[in-house]
Amino acid sequence: MTRRSIALATAAGCAAIFAAVAYAPRLRAQQEPPLPVHQVPDSKSGGTVVMLCDGKTGVEVKGLKPGESMPHAQAVEVARQLMGQWRREHPNEKWEMAQQEHQTEQSSQPRPAPSASRATAVKPQSKGTQQGDTYASFTDRDYKVWKSETDNFVEQGNQLFHDGAALGGTIGVSCDMCHPNAANTHPETYPKYQVQLQRVALLRDMIDWCIENPLKGKALDPNDTRLRALEAYILAQRKGVALDYGKH
Amino acid sequence: MAARHKSVETKYMEDREAALRGLRGLDRRTFLKVLAATTGAVMAKSLMPPHSFQLIEVANAAPDKTASAAGMAGKPPFTFAYVSDTHLYQRTLNQRFVRAAVKAVDDVNALDPQPDFVLFGGDLAQLGRHEELELGRQILAELKAPVKMMVGEHDWFYDLGDAWQGMFGPPNYSFDWKGVHVVVLMSVHEKDFWTARKMTPEQRMHTVAGLDNGVQSRFEVGDDERKWLAADLAKVPHTTALLVFSHSPLYKYYRNWNFWTDDAEQVQAILKPYDHVTVIHGHTHQMLYNQIGNISFYGLLSTAWPWPYAPTGLPPLTIQMSRTDPFDQFDGLGDGRINVRADGLADKIYSLWDRNPVTVKADYLVSHGKIARPPAPQFASY
Ligand SMILES: [Fe+2]
Repeated sequence: MTRRSIALATAAGCAAIFAAVAYAPRLRAQQEPPLPVHQVPDSKSGGTVVMLCDGKTGVEVKGLKPGESMPHAQAVEVARQLMGQWRREHPNEKWEMAQQEHQTEQSSQPRPAPSASRATAVKPQSKGTQQGDTYASFTDRDYKVWKSETDNFVEQGNQLFHDGAALGGTIGVSCDMCHPNAANTHPETYPKYQVQLQRVALLRDMIDWCIENPLKGKALDPNDTRLRALEAYILAQRKGVALDYGKH
Repeated sequence: MAARHKSVETKYMEDREAALRGLRGLDRRTFLKVLAATTGAVMAKSLMPPHSFQLIEVANAAPDKTASAAGMAGKPPFTFAYVSDTHLYQRTLNQRFVRAAVKAVDDVNALDPQPDFVLFGGDLAQLGRHEELELGRQILAELKAPVKMMVGEHDWFYDLGDAWQGMFGPPNYSFDWKGVHVVVLMSVHEKDFWTARKMTPEQRMHTVAGLDNGVQSRFEVGDDERKWLAADLAKVPHTTALLVFSHSPLYKYYRNWNFWTDDAEQVQAILKPYDHVTVIHGHTHQMLYNQIGNISFYGLLSTAWPWPYAPTGLPPLTIQMSRTDPFDQFDGLGDGRINVRADGLADKIYSLWDRNPVTVKADYLVSHGKIARPPAPQFASY
């Protein structure tokens, strides 16, 4: 996709979002569409092509049949080859810098200022990023679109939270009846051992429990958009509360 | 409603009055001894279950001035029970809340001695439909003691009270009971938010039914009813103990959820000249109590579902009930009783289902927490 086509798509998405907020469509049972996947080319030699996370850089491992695993040493060598190939194709990208900064963060030391020689080697970037990475190319407008998308999803969760029938509930009970403004749902305390379930529970396990019991509905598929929207709404009500998993 | 009858408890209290008459000259120590003896005698006649409430609590808890000034000279104490916030749907839709309401009625009918009357604290119905109210009326008709009805917002906003008033009469009224003046208020009036929005009755009801639905107005007793209250109290001496029933708390706890009465201060001002005022309210579905000046407040338990404590505004005297178990339909719910003492103060017993009962004594409230502190929860709110 070119920059121009991204901008056009963004503008179209923007209009769609504003329409969605205005009409606030109610979510029905539906599966999330599949997430995007990288297309991996077939191996010419009957082996396996291993791809880097950019989805473009690939190395062919001869003789590795589907379902087989490489010995550790061979896997390290494949990773080295992949990185080498990426560096040949991106001669001006300073990937080492990111790695170095990562190590610095782990050791809690102040970040060193980039040395003059490194700074001159980095090509000029927008927004103070080092690598010309994905996020460097986005604008304030993009951030607004993302926020709008997120808020819209949270709002859809809000509606479901107040509509038991839309969740498959059968006896007129809705989530908000016991949890106004999602109070007392404490999503920040999961995962935790839930003795009544005899397992470590996630927020979604508790949502499903409530749908099956007080609402007398059926548990939602983990990929059901409604479950995801409910999680979004519940978490959004606790913005700023410290994550405290395992809390009882 | 069940026909009024003289309960076992009333008869017992009359016996007790007779037995104790003439003992006013006794010092406190001797008085307690006599009291204990009469308790034993009554218990031996099986008129009172062991560990029951009246005599022991009066003897232990009442300050001296109560026993000497009001207790022996004044009115007979009495007990009433309550059931509140049943939120019934039609029977065909939801059996869960029906089961709970019936359970509460069974509880109250099992009380021995029977209470003088049963207060229903409002929100009989969930969506104000005639069928829901009728189902509730039938369930409450099983109560052996007479029932005093109070209206809640869930009963009212579908037809603005037509069905409810057709069944139960005016929503605000007063009566005298054993020397105490009892006032039942309709405290959940809301300013018109529906006409301008062209809402149907269903939409109006649905809006009010959502606790966190900010479109609705705040609850209020309103000008007319405050005038009625003032006129009703004009003939009542300030030494007479007042019991006031309102669906919403007559103070400001948490606005966003209408745990709130917008003209609370004006109502409190009308009640201020009285020595002892106890306000009993529904709506909040939790153990909740408060003291403002001369007024003690007790919230009632629901039978349908517990509300969480609001994020702000909890009265400092309230000790939270332990967190409710979402895997137990009946936890955090229940019914209860109120013991109106001889001095007009009232102790409150929260009869929690699947938990130990908790008594909150008037002494705790009027002493502003200095004595008779109720037990602390193991797990408070998150
Ligand atoms: Fe209620």
